[in-house]
Amino acid sequence: MSTHTNPSTPRERLVVVGNGMAGIRTLEELLAKAPDRYDITVFGAEPHPNYNRIMLSPVLAGEKTFEQIVLNGRDWYEANGIKLLTGDRVEVIDRANRTVTAMSGLTVPYDRLLIATGSTPFIIPVPGATLPGVVGFRDLADVDTMLEAAARGGRAVVIGGGLLGLEAANGLKVKGMDVTVLHLMDTLMERQLDRSAGALLRHELERRGITVLTGADTAEIVGNERVSAVRLKNGQELPADLVVMAVGIRPNTTLGKAAGLACGRGIQVDDAMTTSDPAILSVGECVEHRGQTYGLVAPLFEMAKVAAARLAGGTEAAYTGSVTSTKLKVTGVDVFSAGDFTGGKDCEDIVFRDAARGVYKRVVVKENRILGAVLYGDTKDGGWYFQMLKDGTEVAPVRDTLIFGQSFGGEGTANPKAAVAALPDSAEICGCNGVCKGTIVTAITEKGLSSLDEVRAHTKASASCGSCTGQVEQLLALTLGDGYAGEAKAKPMCKCTDRTHDEVRRAITALNLKSIPDVMQRLEWRTPDGCHHCRPALNYYLLCEWPGEYKDDSRSRYINERVHANIQKDGTYSVVPRMWGGLTSAKELRAIADVVDKFAIPTVKVTGGQRIDLFGVKKEDLPAVWADLNAAGMVSGHAYAKGLRTVKTCVGSEWCRFGTQDSTGLGVKLERMTWGTWTPHKVKLAVSGCPRNCAEATIKDLGVVCVDSGYELHVGGNGGMHVRACDLLVKVETEAEVLEYTGAYMQLYREEARYLERTAPWLERVGLEYVKRRLVDDAEGRAALNARFLFSQSFSQDDPWAERASGSVDRHEFAPLAQVG
Amino acid sequence: MDQSISWITVGSVEDIPRQGSRVVRTAYGDIALFRTVADEVYALEDRCPHAGGPLSQGIVHGARVTCPLHSWVIDLASGEAVGPDEGCAGHCPVRVVDGAVQLGLAAFRPGRGGCGHG
Repeated sequence: MSTHTNPSTPRERLVVVGNGMAGIRTLEELLAKAPDRYDITVFGAEPHPNYNRIMLSPVLAGEKTFEQIVLNGRDWYEANGIKLLTGDRVEVIDRANRTVTAMSGLTVPYDRLLIATGSTPFIIPVPGATLPGVVGFRDLADVDTMLEAAARGGRAVVIGGGLLGLEAANGLKVKGMDVTVLHLMDTLMERQLDRSAGALLRHELERRGITVLTGADTAEIVGNERVSAVRLKNGQELPADLVVMAVGIRPNTTLGKAAGLACGRGIQVDDAMTTSDPAILSVGECVEHRGQTYGLVAPLFEMAKVAAARLAGGTEAAYTGSVTSTKLKVTGVDVFSAGDFTGGKDCEDIVFRDAARGVYKRVVVKENRILGAVLYGDTKDGGWYFQMLKDGTEVAPVRDTLIFGQSFGGEGTANPKAAVAALPDSAEICGCNGVCKGTIVTAITEKGLSSLDEVRAHTKASASCGSCTGQVEQLLALTLGDGYAGEAKAKPMCKCTDRTHDEVRRAITALNLKSIPDVMQRLEWRTPDGCHHCRPALNYYLLCEWPGEYKDDSRSRYINERVHANIQKDGTYSVVPRMWGGLTSAKELRAIADVVDKFAIPTVKVTGGQRIDLFGVKKEDLPAVWADLNAAGMVSGHAYAKGLRTVKTCVGSEWCRFGTQDSTGLGVKLERMTWGTWTPHKVKLAVSGCPRNCAEATIKDLGVVCVDSGYELHVGGNGGMHVRACDLLVKVETEAEVLEYTGAYMQLYREEARYLERTAPWLERVGLEYVKRRLVDDAEGRAALNARFLFSQSFSQDDPWAERASGSVDRHEFAPLAQVG
Repeated sequence: MDQSISWITVGSVEDIPRQGSRVVRTAYGDIALFRTVADEVYALEDRCPHAGGPLSQGIVHGARVTCPLHSWVIDLASGEAVGPDEGCAGHCPVRVVDGAVQLGLAAFRPGRGGCGHG
């Protein structure tokens, strides 16, 4: 017999503190199980009935009204006999007398108490944080404040590039404000997204006109009466009429703590959702369960179910923690993330990129089970992955097609060819040239095409950036069946991609790709961040293509180029100061000798390129060694670089009785012009003063041999593993011509050779005739190449030693993190 | 992980560049701490099992590092060389607590060519 049927037994009194999603979901569940067990009173600090807090973003964006997000109107409370007290915050829990007292002074007794006070936005404790015009993004009042501000227009600064911050930013942008998002980390939503997905998201937001500043650390909120600007730690100041703080939430434990309940980060509950006081339960964002707190809705509902079952008298229901997933509620931006996507030991990454559709998917699998997933652009399979993740489903049987999603699961038909076959004729295959599937298929059948080159020639498909090459090949195979023999495949860059170096370079230019993650996304890399083969190559290609614009990625450089010294077999480094044209002076030699003494440098050697090499320098001594060499006027010799190394010279007409021209002086000029450049591989130049060729100029990447009537330019030589003597490129009459040819030759090599391809194999691959055609026959082209070279040089001739010796660049490279024991 | 491990805080995650490495000098020799693009942190003996190259100076990609001397690729989690090469750099228990990187140095097992990790 249940208690309520007996009027002599009063019903138990249940008081709920908090009229939010967790508290009311608990009541819904409870009413379904035991509709008449309790006399229920609900206190809500906000003046509204229960609404769907996670839909505040659409309200802000104007996509929904408040009425549309109300979950339970006042009539629902009435119909269920629940006493609802809104706009009245509970301030005291008297556990001894089992009563709660609200702000209004109202005191209500309870038999069971449910605390569901949720969380409060974390406000970063910077000066000005309490100024009017600074809001969190938590409740309807915040949304109203933001809407009012947006109605006046002006600038909004959103601090925090997480889920809430981006939703706020999007809403404010839609409402017509000029919006900047400040994010401390360098990836947006870094807790939910990996770098690739974060980069896509950033592009999309920027496309919508939202400015995104990453690595932005707020120092102060500026303003007198109200907020006027946000100042960053780097000194940058951003004018602001509204500042939204969305850097995170904190469980609201004020009430629980004051009542003496056990609290950690949240109010601590056991698996029955009971606090340290058996009469009091707690659910939602205010609780800490097994050390975890939650800020997403799914766990709250799971907690609500358990709390309701316990309140209904059950003894079995237990909450054991939640695995969570996230979606971003910004219309038109599909982002999904679940579980642990960081990977790690024994984890495999399955990565899918469809550049044309802007889709990125990454599923992390460990021991044949899904550990996490990040989806961008196409999230329809998010739920499927998430269910398998939660269930620990064995994915081995669908492993091959897992990344294509549920519709392919189990059918075993998933392959890229089938995907292309399924496309309608109107589907665009080649974005660069606007060629659709039907056009390609028609061309293949009607014109009898049988190779990629023919398709390129007739339709232009795949003829520009080449990112659709795979699809065009599949169309060839589909249309011709066995009649298609496939292409004689050029070698891909590395295992991360099917694309060749040349295809990647073309795509960087054609698609305006400006960062390594951009390239990896658009060209559908199979790994999250490449490997030691492709990353240095991509870094170089981007640096070469976008001089002055692309920021060098030192993490994609080999150690020598990262620390600007040569690593040796024992882990020490060698240092080579630049000596222009091989010249030095007593002052420089003295400085070198002093450095050798001061840092106990064990070996000093003259190099094959006429420079002095100091061996055995400890890494942490490098900045000090450089500082001393810099102080004597010397700069880095780039002896470690895929760049210009040395210009070797003989003494020429100044001293030599056979010398025909000033070979040393010309060498100095060449070195002054070419130093600091980045090239596909190392580059060595030389100038010999007469055909006796004492500087060995005819086995250099470019060698000048001075003769009575002028200068012979020799190219493509190599004194390395495969000795190759130069080819004669041209004979010119003036030093100015030598300089122009050198700049143009360097630039042609920079723009067209593959990374790690020296000039000798490059020249053999493209042919001397080709290089002559570009440099000798085409004076205009030569001048343009030289101009591009000099433009690029205007950004690259900084001494890397000076930058590092000053401590302003890469300081972390040269000091251990810690000394222990 | 072994409850009895005593953890020593050596710095914060932010001190290690993403896709980069920092070295901790210890009585057991240098330990290289790596931070991946996904912000995982790993700790290995700073010696390639092949020729003793300082792994801390290599290029970090995925959860692997390529030794700067002869381009052996080492798995950051296990310290093992990725096939076809064989050898192990040995690894040290490491964890991140509230952004602080902690080493379980007493449980560190050096590599010495053949794999000695636990």
